[in-house]
Amino acid sequence: MALQQKIADVFNEPACEKNQAKSEKERKKGCSKPLTPGAAAGGCAFDGAKIALQPVTDVAHLVHGPLACEGNSWDNRGAASSGGDLWRTSFTTDLTELDIVMGQGEKKLYRAIKDIVARYAPPAVFVYQTCVTALIGDDIDAVCKHASEKLGTPVVPVNAPGFAGSKNLGNKLAGEALIDHVIGTHEPDDAGPTDINVLGEFNLSGEFWQVKPLFERLGIRIRASVPGDARYQDIAGAHTARANMMVCSTALINLARKIEERWGIPYFEGSFYGISDTSDALRQTARLLVARGAPVDLTERTEALIAEEEAIAWARLEPYRARLEGKRVLLNTGGVKSWSVVSALQEIGMEIVGTSTKKSTIEDKERIIALIKDASHMFDSMAPRDLYAMLASGKADIMLSGGRTQFIALKAKTAWLDINQERHHPYAGYDGMVEMVRQIDRALSNPVWAAVREPAPWDAAGELHAKSAPSLAQSDVETDRGFARTRKRFATTGVDEMGEC
Amino acid sequence: MTLVTQNTKPVSVNPLKSSQPLGAAFAYLGIEGSVPLFHGSQGCTSFALVLFVRHFKETIPLQTTAMDEVQTVLGGAENLEEAILNLKSRTKAKFIGVATTALVETRGEDIVGEVASIRQRRAQDLEGTTIAVAQTPDFDGAIEEGWRKAVSATLDVLAEPRGSQAVIPNRINILAASHMTVADVELLRDTVAAFGLEATILPDISGALDGTVPERWVPTTYGGTPVEAIRAMPRAACTIAIGEHMREPGRRLAKLGGMPLVVFDTLTGLKSVDRLMTLLAEISGRPVPAGIRRRRNQLTDAMLDGHFHFGGKRIAIAAEPDLLFALSGFFAGLGAEVVAAVTTTGHSAILERVSAPTVTVGDLGDLEDLARAVGVDLVVTHAHGRQAAERLGVPLMRVGFPIFDRLGSQHKRTILYEGTRDLIFEVANIFQAQLHTPTPEDLDPFLRREREEHHDRSPPAAH
Ligand code: SF4
Repeated sequence: MALQQKIADVFNEPACEKNQAKSEKERKKGCSKPLTPGAAAGGCAFDGAKIALQPVTDVAHLVHGPLACEGNSWDNRGAASSGGDLWRTSFTTDLTELDIVMGQGEKKLYRAIKDIVARYAPPAVFVYQTCVTALIGDDIDAVCKHASEKLGTPVVPVNAPGFAGSKNLGNKLAGEALIDHVIGTHEPDDAGPTDINVLGEFNLSGEFWQVKPLFERLGIRIRASVPGDARYQDIAGAHTARANMMVCSTALINLARKIEERWGIPYFEGSFYGISDTSDALRQTARLLVARGAPVDLTERTEALIAEEEAIAWARLEPYRARLEGKRVLLNTGGVKSWSVVSALQEIGMEIVGTSTKKSTIEDKERIIALIKDASHMFDSMAPRDLYAMLASGKADIMLSGGRTQFIALKAKTAWLDINQERHHPYAGYDGMVEMVRQIDRALSNPVWAAVREPAPWDAAGELHAKSAPSLAQSDVETDRGFARTRKRFATTGVDEMGEC
Repeated sequence: MTLVTQNTKPVSVNPLKSSQPLGAAFAYLGIEGSVPLFHGSQGCTSFALVLFVRHFKETIPLQTTAMDEVQTVLGGAENLEEAILNLKSRTKAKFIGVATTALVETRGEDIVGEVASIRQRRAQDLEGTTIAVAQTPDFDGAIEEGWRKAVSATLDVLAEPRGSQAVIPNRINILAASHMTVADVELLRDTVAAFGLEATILPDISGALDGTVPERWVPTTYGGTPVEAIRAMPRAACTIAIGEHMREPGRRLAKLGGMPLVVFDTLTGLKSVDRLMTLLAEISGRPVPAGIRRRRNQLTDAMLDGHFHFGGKRIAIAAEPDLLFALSGFFAGLGAEVVAAVTTTGHSAILERVSAPTVTVGDLGDLEDLARAVGVDLVVTHAHGRQAAERLGVPLMRVGFPIFDRLGSQHKRTILYEGTRDLIFEVANIFQAQLHTPTPEDLDPFLRREREEHHDRSPPAAH
């Protein structure tokens, strides 16, 4: 399918809740809003595609284009791998002006693939299209097909040039690439009745490892986690799972739906952020598996595990209630599904003064309104100036957001917690929620906030404030007696006695 | 003369370069009240922005003309105009620095002409705002080139021939190198002031990227070289350009003002700093201040204390040409040996004088391969070198851009007596932290021989 058709197809996604609410005509227009030159922010489709696939750890990810697309962006995410680190090695064709003028792009791409296969022998190579190579008409589908045949290694084209649209579109096009070229190409010999795939889980800071053992405790095997800590073979065999869990609702929804369409694997949408969401994810997984022939006692065992784990989590959160009660939180993120986190934070007495719903579905929004009881606290996105004003005027005690707005909070001298791709702490599952609260507490209780908000003891011209400055008279000034004594002690010391020189 | 070779791999493995437009934006960030604007698709801007933020830990003003597929094919003049007008009305920028990206350059649009026509047509709307444009396709060059082009473009729109205006005798121009830190710029300014001289430093990243907290939200840079000061640059008594990549803008400026141009390859290392101090003493007609003389003594003392840790050490460096030159000279000057040198472009004349047997134009993959083949004790490059250093099992000294996994890189001094002294201490401390107690295997003459053969560490040639 040509790229244009692919994009139209992706925009027409029937499983997307936002789409269901649109008229036929609106839907055709797609989800992308026109950008305002000079006032735009956000990544491109290539960025989105790369984010969605790069955590596949044993694959060589090759970016076809001039330097900037890869050179300015590699090794910038916090996904974790339990296997190799080939995915963190950056490959790009780094096209030069000469390559472009002479139309050498496709040839160079083929040689690059060949070189990578020879030197690293990966189970597959993913090739990413970018704007310039799309503009000059490099046909990466054809090159990849040719290379796969010639080299005997799967070479997967990921056709999502930046200018095609947003990051979100790129996520979806990445899903299409997996459907078209990867899933179903390998038959594992150990498929079982309790195998599942988890789609849209990125294993940031290793957080999937906080929930994987919960599934394993129930005898559920993760066939493939896409893309976090994934292996190529596992994804290639993902069509043998019995159920799919879709984690980040808008990122790879087309993947879940198309897998269902083609291989009849049912899916549900869920999240591992927050206590109730984690329980719900386990419950739904068990339900789908039992419906497809897994032992019925799975339901009961799941409920038992949930009850036990929830009790432990709440008990661990309890000590924070006294410390965090009444503290005001601004949640400024599209990534972490807000409502479940909102409910957990409220449960321990924190007040939500605002939450961004940029990437939330209609259903999410309804839940959030029900929870915070004030729709005016929901916003799509906030201009930096407004955000700064809100924080600087002390309307929130802490902001939870991604790195993009980190320094707005810090400049406004407001506590901040990273809950996006680059964060260093895992927040999934029951343990993850406890961890998040622990980190919030740590951020808020840090003494730096009081120290940095205290103004300097002088005015703009450097004149000391008459009152506020501690005067010398009040300070503990040593009289010269001590000083004289010290001097005397050293007066008789010769150089040789000062140390071992 | 150092041999410069081009790598011949068809694929770049772990890039060393940051893109050329990023280099241009970097320079524009050193101008007061400015917003850099990428002419291209929004993704490029987003990547550059994230990289800046990760390095400086600051909010960074950087905008995009947000070209989509259709506009790319039809031409982006309208987007460019709209972006400039939007920026003007939204941010009240005094300076908008346009940097083109590969996307618009591939199509071969006449951006300079377009900007000229926008300036003319919208003169009223754009009153009080200077617009510079640098052509910086990503498929060419890296930070140094982008930085240089942005400085030249800025001088082109702001500086006019001095004509009959009087020279200001105690004022000098300094064209800063792209690898200078915030602390370097501050140090240089203070040093010049100590001679009773006043320096106009362009670009001056010390005002906006130094981590100070403004009292209100500012959507442009809030420090940097003021536009008015740039206009006055041709009236200075002398222009000092730091780094080979600043030679070209230096010539432009010297010509506009009819003034001498002095190019310093580097300001790191005793000799070059001595040269600068001599020059400043000559221009000012004053003796070298006592404080500076003291600093010099501190440096010579640091060299004496530090050289034990440098002697015989094998160093791998990957950096842009001028930084590579400065660092290789620094290490060689203290007795270490630069055995692997990788850079971003073969075009710089400085490469022939790098203190290394060869310089490879390539990527961090090349650096890693070279270092593994010859055996090294230290890898010196930006933060992306961390994977290579880890695999090689040697420490990484972070230099250049980006440094996203250490705090305070913008406050490190790397030039003049103080900076050279600090660098010596940094390296010596890295080596001291690696202290390794000898084992029987280390000292076994047979095992040793094997290792040396493997790494081709032959005894030094007789002189
Ligand atoms: S917008 Fe295009 S050229 Fe820019 S980073 Fe994205 S893919 Fe690369």
